[in-house]
Amino acid sequence: MWVLLAVAIVVVGFALRLNAMLVVTVSGIAAGLIAGLTPLAILNAFGNGFAGSRSVTVFIVVLPVIGLIERYGLQDQARRLIGKLRGLTVGRLLATYLFIRQATAALGLTAIGGPAQAVRPVVAPMAEAAAERAHGGLGEKVREKVRSYAASADTVGLFFGEDIFVAVGSILLITGFVDATYGLKLDALQIALWAIPTAICALVIHGFRMLRLDRTLANLPAAELEAPVR
Amino acid sequence: MIKVEWFYWLVGAFFAVIAVLRLLDRGATKRVGSAVFWGILAFTFVYGSLVVAKTAPAWVEGIAVLVLAALAAVGFPGRGSEETTSGPERRLLAERYGNKLFIPALLIPLVAVFFGAVLAKVNVGTQPLLQTGSATIIGLGVAAVIAFVVSLVLLRVPSPMIPFREGDRLLGHIGWAAILPQFLATLGLLFTASGVGTAVQRITNAVLPKGVLLLAVVVYCLGMALFTIIMGNAFAAFPIMTAAIGWPVLVQGFDGNPAAIFAIGMLAGFCGTLVTPMAANFNLVPAALLEMRDKYGPIKAQIPTAAILLVVNMGVMYLVAF
Repeated sequence: MWVLLAVAIVVVGFALRLNAMLVVTVSGIAAGLIAGLTPLAILNAFGNGFAGSRSVTVFIVVLPVIGLIERYGLQDQARRLIGKLRGLTVGRLLATYLFIRQATAALGLTAIGGPAQAVRPVVAPMAEAAAERAHGGLGEKVREKVRSYAASADTVGLFFGEDIFVAVGSILLITGFVDATYGLKLDALQIALWAIPTAICALVIHGFRMLRLDRTLANLPAAELEAPVR
Repeated sequence: MIKVEWFYWLVGAFFAVIAVLRLLDRGATKRVGSAVFWGILAFTFVYGSLVVAKTAPAWVEGIAVLVLAALAAVGFPGRGSEETTSGPERRLLAERYGNKLFIPALLIPLVAVFFGAVLAKVNVGTQPLLQTGSATIIGLGVAAVIAFVVSLVLLRVPSPMIPFREGDRLLGHIGWAAILPQFLATLGLLFTASGVGTAVQRITNAVLPKGVLLLAVVVYCLGMALFTIIMGNAFAAFPIMTAAIGWPVLVQGFDGNPAAIFAIGMLAGFCGTLVTPMAANFNLVPAALLEMRDKYGPIKAQIPTAAILLVVNMGVMYLVAF
């Protein structure tokens, strides 16, 4: 049970907002030492874990292109484009993006969207421009709220869309684990079908919250609308 | 066969270019330490291929990883000198290039999807064209290269170093958070190897009420969410909570439908992923990419949805699975 101390290190470290890399490293070493791993085994675990998870960092290779088209005015063009679409408020824009993200992920097209490829260069600037058009100059706090909502539309759409697609990691993990452990023969399609009720609820709940953003911003007093981040 | 390792080398090469850029960047603060950080990272991406193939000792990579953590803890890497266009210049450029600017941005998903959905199913002789299970990663890498070349031609960029300097500018905003997801994946492995899972399982068994279906459903879903919050990954939580409650209590004890229980249980875990800083790639990296001061901003935007969806999952499971 002492190994839960390592979990406590992470929880306390994140709560105190200490340097996350330091917290994670210290917690990992602590977990290994408490469990009686040798220092060499701990080093091997760090090496194997890092080498085996390089795929999550591959999104980095799009940064030169994104940076380049930003240099040539992509974000301004995204704002100009939203200026022509009068009826598209920030709430409607983000609800639409949520729907597209979720629907494409459900078809297995998870590469459409993502924070580096879509949210930073296109979705967030459009959302900010739409909010500015309706509510005037935004303070930093409201600007960050709009960006947070844009990021959340991307993530929620991905999570509750991809699980409807049969050949996705989480479904393969479920069937792989329970078939091997309990001798079942679960059909991946069945798992995918049972994800649909939650997916619909996710779209309704998060879509509603995206649409509500319009009213929330409209009801903010001017002082709050222009407030900086603490 | 196209191997995914090639694209890890591509990422490594990008980090190496960033290291050199930083070393030559006289305007940068923390010049040498930042160059060392990106240089070591480039090494881990190439050496990692040998570690995965088990042809070189993993502890060398482990030492490099700990050095990266130490450098991050004392404030490396810093930002470069960020030479880019000004706001007014960008407005003029946007008027000049117009919607052409979207072409490279749209090419990335189009090419990536083509690889993930079409080429992933193509065989050359008896072998698949793309390494099995890595089609999306390969597609993203190829897409980035194609979009890179297209944007150079389309925008008549005078020097191919300009996109790298722009990439460095964006990477400067992300800093060490760029590799935090990999650190957390490593931590997950160490937690599992150290028996965190079995410890949590013992606690769950101790608090689990016997014989009340609704409570068992609530504990399974809540456990999935909480354990995902701790581990940062629903995949790590699933085997543990399923062995503790999902299989013995819900399927065997209450004769539930296993497909529905496991599918919805996993989605309850996803509600945890939405609110935990441990899932850095989904929650902290976007905040860094969007240059937000409040790095927990996306999590705060997701908490209400996650909380309601968790209750929805409990309700759906209770209603449809038994």
